[in-house]
Amino acid sequence: MRKLRRYGPPLALIAPSVFLIGVFVYGLIIASFQTSMTDAHTSAQFTGVQETHFVGLQNYIDILKTDNFQHSLRNLLLYTVVFLSGTMFFGFLWAFLLDKRARAEGFIRSVYLFPMAVSSIAAGVVWKWLLNANTGARASGLNRLFQLIGLDFLQNKWWSNYNWGIAAIAIPAIWQMSGYVMALFLAGFRGIPNELREAARVDGANEWQLYRHVIFPQLSPVALSAIIIIGHMSLKGFDLIVAIAKPASYETRVPAIDMYQFQTEGNYANASTVGIILLLVVLVLIVPYLVHTARAEKNR
Amino acid sequence: MSALETQVVQSGVVDSRVGKHGFQWGTFLRHVLLIFFLVVVLLPVYVLLVTSFKGITEAQPARAWLLPSGWPWEWTLENWKGAWSGLPGIPAVGPAMGRTLLLVIPSSIISAMLGSMNGFVLSRWRFPHANLVFTFLLFGMFIPYQAVMVPLYKLVMWLDIPSGIPTLILLHVVYGIPITTLIFRNYYESVPSELIEASRVDGAGMMRTYWSVVLPISVPSFVVVLIWQFTSAWNDFLFAVFFASSPSQGPVTIALRNLAQGAQLTNYGASMAGALLASLPTLVVYIALGKYFIGGLMAGSVKG
Amino acid sequence: MRRISILVAGAAAIALTLGGCGGSDDKTTESTDAGTTAAAEDTAAAEETTESTDTGALVAGASGKLDIFTWWTAGSEALGLEELQKVLAAKYPDIEFVNGGTAAGQGGSGKEVLQTRMDAGDEPDTFQAHAGKEMQDYINADQLTDVGYLYDQFGLRNVFPEDLITMLTQDGKIYSIPSNVHRANVIWASVPVLEAAGLDATNAYYASIDDFIAALEQVKTNAPDYIPLAIGTTWCQVHLLETVLIAELGADGYNGLFDGTTDWGGAEVLSALGKFETIMSYANDDHNDMEWEPPITMIINGEAAFSIMGDWAPAAFDAAGSVAGSDYLYAPSPGTEGIFDFLADAYGVVNGAPNPTAAEAWLDVISSREGQIGFNKVKGSIPARTDIDLAAEGFSEYQISASEDFGSNAIVGSIQHGCAVTIAQGNAINLAVSKFVSGASDLETFQSELVDAMK
Repeated sequence: MRKLRRYGPPLALIAPSVFLIGVFVYGLIIASFQTSMTDAHTSAQFTGVQETHFVGLQNYIDILKTDNFQHSLRNLLLYTVVFLSGTMFFGFLWAFLLDKRARAEGFIRSVYLFPMAVSSIAAGVVWKWLLNANTGARASGLNRLFQLIGLDFLQNKWWSNYNWGIAAIAIPAIWQMSGYVMALFLAGFRGIPNELREAARVDGANEWQLYRHVIFPQLSPVALSAIIIIGHMSLKGFDLIVAIAKPASYETRVPAIDMYQFQTEGNYANASTVGIILLLVVLVLIVPYLVHTARAEKNR
Repeated sequence: MSALETQVVQSGVVDSRVGKHGFQWGTFLRHVLLIFFLVVVLLPVYVLLVTSFKGITEAQPARAWLLPSGWPWEWTLENWKGAWSGLPGIPAVGPAMGRTLLLVIPSSIISAMLGSMNGFVLSRWRFPHANLVFTFLLFGMFIPYQAVMVPLYKLVMWLDIPSGIPTLILLHVVYGIPITTLIFRNYYESVPSELIEASRVDGAGMMRTYWSVVLPISVPSFVVVLIWQFTSAWNDFLFAVFFASSPSQGPVTIALRNLAQGAQLTNYGASMAGALLASLPTLVVYIALGKYFIGGLMAGSVKG
Repeated sequence: MRRISILVAGAAAIALTLGGCGGSDDKTTESTDAGTTAAAEDTAAAEETTESTDTGALVAGASGKLDIFTWWTAGSEALGLEELQKVLAAKYPDIEFVNGGTAAGQGGSGKEVLQTRMDAGDEPDTFQAHAGKEMQDYINADQLTDVGYLYDQFGLRNVFPEDLITMLTQDGKIYSIPSNVHRANVIWASVPVLEAAGLDATNAYYASIDDFIAALEQVKTNAPDYIPLAIGTTWCQVHLLETVLIAELGADGYNGLFDGTTDWGGAEVLSALGKFETIMSYANDDHNDMEWEPPITMIINGEAAFSIMGDWAPAAFDAAGSVAGSDYLYAPSPGTEGIFDFLADAYGVVNGAPNPTAAEAWLDVISSREGQIGFNKVKGSIPARTDIDLAAEGFSEYQISASEDFGSNAIVGSIQHGCAVTIAQGNAINLAVSKFVSGASDLETFQSELVDAMK
């Protein structure tokens, strides 16, 4: 009874969310998992006009075996690494630069955030121009800009490169999301009570020491939020890729695009399989986070 | 609030006075860097802007960095007019923006409240296995939408919610739960627990503690979450295209996509004008919410 | 009314006969002749139907909502759709037009959305697709009904070319009605660049792919400041590839690729792929960054010599005020004279449609004379009906010549534009081409991936 009084209110508060996620996420994932274990490779099978069979993990084996899907996975990894490190770097740097109140802070902050307001569809229109592959006399976009400012050696074919092209797509993604990571860090910086800062200053800490020993350690939960948010965006990175490249472009294929292609073909078994593989990849990303939280709990 | 702001400004002044000669130098360098990044961030925006004033023959990638010729007297406003109210063969972005506001405002406010309450009970008013519940919710963020679209569509049909905007509100709230919960929880984790414990010791109930202690210090996080939810609902294309794709009922991204990629002949000028138009409400939100980023709120609540 | 339809019938018969005479290919001539005879019989039927109604509505009792899924959302296509809506409103005033469509081609999600709606059980009444194999998945899944009876009811069997009807018919059933026809195998050339390279600046037709390659080489050596071939992103390259395959294999050999009589893994295909590779080596570096239109702009601006693209290109030339003959030339793509690489937008009646009668009415609208004239004039395509006098109706010179070819040439189906391959096959072919052009696969791998794609 005491337990109920103690734990009843928080449980009641969170119950609706748990229910909704249970239905809209887990229910659908289970449905998707079931489909991934069948041979429903056409609409006719999926809708029951033709019969389907249970095939176990065969789809997973078939898909993982293909060169093209391995290429997609490799691209995803590359994209995630570049996107994540870029946004974390710029987001943190900008928050750090702004924390100590710059002139016209509000204006600068809004400008840094602005790219996020430009939807991927719209951003794709302009970045498609900027990432133009022409160099030399016919150069346009960023390559042309490099020429104008005398950095000709930086010219390159951007995403038209089957090994590293996907990293070029991460540039607009970094442009879009760094401002948000900045906001996260800024909220973190500003959530730290002034007393803490003052106390450290009274103790004789200089600015750097203040950040190094007082402020940064407080930010790790915020940094983790940022990593997870950006990480999940990169896994789902789809809008931006198809706004700049094409679903068919080999250079920029990632699993989300494979999934899309399978879906347009009515190949629900394969689309679900890729979806579940993506979820498994997420598990890899999220497990360290959970371990960290659990450890933090223990230490408390 | 104004007293707080004064305090903040003062502490800012103190900040910049700290240190001797080297620090002035540091402030200068800081501003130089801030301006450099400002320019870098604005480069694509510059291209969007100048192209939006160019006529069809000039709005070409090769001329991306050039100002419209005849500057500034002959800048054409046709693109903006066309994008706003529609020209023959060009879908209108303006009316779609109105519809999108009806979708985005309720969904981002509901999500933020839900996330704040979830974050609170998962970090500072815990119950057994709270971490497990958190993981359960968090994992929802990674659902591969495309793979579940058919069952999701069936689910929405079965629920029989009015199609269009109401369906989109529901979806944005539901799929916003993981990320809003995550942001609030981690923010509250970084807040010293003494604050809440004190209130708890005072014998305040959960809702009272939430309302009078937690909510007032949540402002920076609300800013972050509202920015996120507003932006992602405003810019969402995937749900929009599946659940409200009719050109006369769809939100702004549908209009934008039809503008940018629907036609055989791309009207770059109008696309870019439309892109900027569609970004303006979000920008207004950033500016409006941005001022609540002011630090020192914590200190205020402790003292107050 | 009666007088008009007699005139029309006469014009149609003349047009068809002329077309038949113009055909150089024996086989084609034969088939058009057959069409002419049949057309004569049919005009009588068409007359009767026209007489019997006031508004020209051929579907009785159509009313209520028409839930239609189309990706004609912007530009000349949206304007064309408006023309069709006008015809619908005149013919069927009781039908309310509800457009549930969205941008589809070029990265839009239209096809995915349609697939989802169909498979989740929220079918529209009718939807747009490319005529041909692209509809196969829906047919297999029992999602489209046989509309053969409408061909009879609307009198279409003899106003559409016989090759077209044959191509759309499967096991005696026919699942869609085309609203408009495009030709894919057209080469576009810039007159000033041809002059600069010392090439014939009055005729852009090359009798073979090898001749074409020689011309590209000549541009490269004689006019090094110009791009020999302007081409867009992957789908444009697949489009190019299909014209090369048609030229190298001939109409019969090319058609054989889809019924199993020509081997995708064979030496002929390999040689064609090699030529495709050679042609691509003359292309612009930034092909990945472009849709079909910027390459055409390069022709307009005199930056490139040639481009191969479907006949929606005149819209871009017209918009820029570029004039055929003096500024640019067009011709059948190299080695494909006498062959019409066909694609069409088409609509069917969805099985389980909430309002199938409205869908039938829509099919009447798009296949009617008024509908086909109104839509195609605006969109720049040509009517599928051969009983329309394009000159009298004010169509452009290009449209008139394309229409004549459509009536007389051998018709083959486009790969890229959904006529000859299913969506899954098309996706796989696109990926293989993108991979090959990016340099990630060699010629042999490319060919084997195409073989796999067509399995």
